[in-house]
Amino acid sequence: MTTDITKPPVEDFATDWDHTDPTWVKNPYPIWDELRERCPVAHTDRYGGGWFPVTHELVSEIANDTDHYTSRTVVIGNGRPGDDAPPAPIGVVPPISSDPPFHAIARRIILPALAPRPVNALEPRIRQLCNDLLDKVEQQEIVNGSSDYAQFIPANVIEALLGLPEEDEDLFRHFIHVALEGVDEPDPEKRMEMFAPIEEYLTKVIEDRMVNPGDDLVTYLLNVEVEGHKLAPEHIFGTVVLVLIAGIDTTWSAIGASLYHLASHPEDRQRLVDDPDLIPTAIEEFLRFYAPVSMARLVKEDFDFHGCPMKKDDWILLGFPAANRDPEAFEDADKFIIDREVNRHLAFGLGIHRCAGSNLARLEMRVALEEFLRRFPNFELVDDAQVTWSQGQVRGPRNLPLRIIK
Amino acid sequence: MKVSIDPERCQGHGRCFSIAPGLFDSDDYGNGFAIGDGVVAAADEELARLAQANCPEHAVLIEE
Repeated sequence: MTTDITKPPVEDFATDWDHTDPTWVKNPYPIWDELRERCPVAHTDRYGGGWFPVTHELVSEIANDTDHYTSRTVVIGNGRPGDDAPPAPIGVVPPISSDPPFHAIARRIILPALAPRPVNALEPRIRQLCNDLLDKVEQQEIVNGSSDYAQFIPANVIEALLGLPEEDEDLFRHFIHVALEGVDEPDPEKRMEMFAPIEEYLTKVIEDRMVNPGDDLVTYLLNVEVEGHKLAPEHIFGTVVLVLIAGIDTTWSAIGASLYHLASHPEDRQRLVDDPDLIPTAIEEFLRFYAPVSMARLVKEDFDFHGCPMKKDDWILLGFPAANRDPEAFEDADKFIIDREVNRHLAFGLGIHRCAGSNLARLEMRVALEEFLRRFPNFELVDDAQVTWSQGQVRGPRNLPLRIIK
Repeated sequence: MKVSIDPERCQGHGRCFSIAPGLFDSDDYGNGFAIGDGVVAAADEELARLAQANCPEHAVLIEE
């Protein structure tokens, strides 16, 4: 992702935090533990100024407070967004970028498409895909858990959701790559330039579906009516883009992190091999312990938050992964407990912006892990030092060489 | 014991119907609801408590 090499290294994360600092990217957990002890809300002057709450309680409070915070921009950019950020309440990618009251309308539109019943219908397709991917690497001694496996699963599912033709697969993969880079591109002009071919492609897909309707999300969005009105074209387009950027590297990261854990914890791996029924419980602990996603908010107007003088347009980094490690909220928060029964984690956020794709993400994780463990019950990390983690608001392993033990 | 879901709090995390599918189900929007009159058999009481303890929105209500 985009790295600004001119940035000075962080000396104190309490007063100068930076979620793209190499120390944070490599292993953020000790930083968050220290911050939790020292100050529950860290500050930075970077990115034009922002705040980072570290406790479960404060993250929950902000996630539920749509009076003081807006979602019109949920990815931290290089400076204060000012007038560059699209105005609330709709935003460019509804409903994640929407505020109440419009948010509820946009969210009600997409929820039925992502509810358990329609999502579960994708299970055979996902299982087949996982097996096809495993067939390809079956003879290899070293398998990359991220780039040979985890990465392809959500990409394929999103292709299915959008009803894209198979011959567009390579083109779509390229767009995914560009879109995910583009999300982190701080320069708005460059970002627009990167997104232009994707915009053109998706516009064609939407136009095609107008004349050739299918059983897919694009057709659904074209047909859905709110109080007798069809959706505005920019709303349909925005939601399609949202599905593309929110549904891929997130789940890719969650599957990859789970494989990383199992490769480095043989007792947990063996437990799931012996008792696959434990996988759904284990998934909640993978999600808590390795939660991939942090979201951003913007402060709406100047106000005092527990003694922090927040200013209009200050960033908030909403650290769900940090909240998930708070010992006030979880017993033995720093320990991975594969059969943890009580697990009120915030990996999918909280409140009105709860990840709309959470049913899909859980299904993909479950099937991906079931099939991987069935095919390769024994594997280990080639070398922890070779594992690299993505930088930015989505954290997961991007290079994950696994040695398959036969 | 009787369970119900507070629809004002529920955001559709789906923990209740995953943990206790005999007690909860999901509607067309993926939000949870208690099946039938919500009355819980003695054997399922622990499951009901587990569903409550895992709801991130504290939307699972139990009356005893």
